[in-house]
Amino acid sequence: MVSASQFCGMLKSYGFNFCTGVPCTILKDIILCLSSDPDLPYIPATREDEAMGIATGSCLAGKQPVVMMQNSGLGSSINPLASLDILYRIPILLLISWRGYQGKDAPEHLLMGEAMLKMLEALGIPYQVVSEDNPEAAISASVKAMRERGIPAAAILKSGIVQ
Amino acid sequence: MKRYDAIHALVQALDGNELLISSNGMISRELITVKDAPQNFYMIGSMGLSSSIGLGLAISLSNTQIVVIEGDGNVLMNMGSIATIGHFAPQNLLQVVLDNECHDSTGGQPTVSNTARLEEVARVSGYRVAARVTTEAELVKVLRQSLGKGPAFILVKVEKGSVKGIARVSHSPEEIRGRFQQAVRMISG
Repeated sequence: MVSASQFCGMLKSYGFNFCTGVPCTILKDIILCLSSDPDLPYIPATREDEAMGIATGSCLAGKQPVVMMQNSGLGSSINPLASLDILYRIPILLLISWRGYQGKDAPEHLLMGEAMLKMLEALGIPYQVVSEDNPEAAISASVKAMRERGIPAAAILKSGIVQ
Repeated sequence: MKRYDAIHALVQALDGNELLISSNGMISRELITVKDAPQNFYMIGSMGLSSSIGLGLAISLSNTQIVVIEGDGNVLMNMGSIATIGHFAPQNLLQVVLDNECHDSTGGQPTVSNTARLEEVARVSGYRVAARVTTEAELVKVLRQSLGKGPAFILVKVEKGSVKGIARVSHSPEEIRGRFQQAVRMISG
């Protein structure tokens, strides 16, 4: 387990300086932490695809963006990922919360909880699941893949790891 | 007014130090035909996201004028973007909407912009300028008044139909991105 401020500090230590997205309960402490952080400002988007667009603009401007979303929002992000960020090679860190993990969640999360990793694989997006023992390992590996390949990479966050 | 003529008038009225985001389909194809430039980011996919890309640029480069050129179909796909732009209200963002009341690039299927007053949505969402224009002279006049005083939303009523045989965007997406980033460094210092 890691605190939200430690987690945000870690994101900043990797150079991230722009954040946008749509909230999830799993991400709420991180977003709260960023709401008062001028070094990693958080721009709330109305939808996840809008967040991908805003992050893309910031990246073109020279920023290093993170997009936070619940995995339900991955569905809304498929087109911008496929026809904008992978196509134009725009590196963005996706921090995706994993609702529906192991089939234990509200019914609306179960199918996406099962399908999420396969969807990322189908799109060719590198991903890492954040582990409780060493949260930084997943961020470090995702950032490496993102920068080497120049495309978005995902870090998947389960409930209870960042508090 | 033809859409091509609106784009031509718009480009002529700018001084060349702006960053342009043009939406997918005929708008990017007509923009590259009017004037190709490294500071044009031609979208060839991700319909609807031109204003969001513009917002990300405008927030990040507060001293550089950002101009988004898109169609009514683009705006209608991403109406939430108007609310977000109105909220953050970057003065350096101008959104020009070429409204022909249809999806011209896919065969002219009607949109609902003949009844939805998109510029009024922008106005009540917090844009500092929200205008509807029908002539090139009006477009140029409002555009000049809007630069640096945004967020601004100019809805330009244009005719349906495209220039016959117009070329596609010839640069690869990676080339578009690479030269745009170079232009960003040149323009924003």
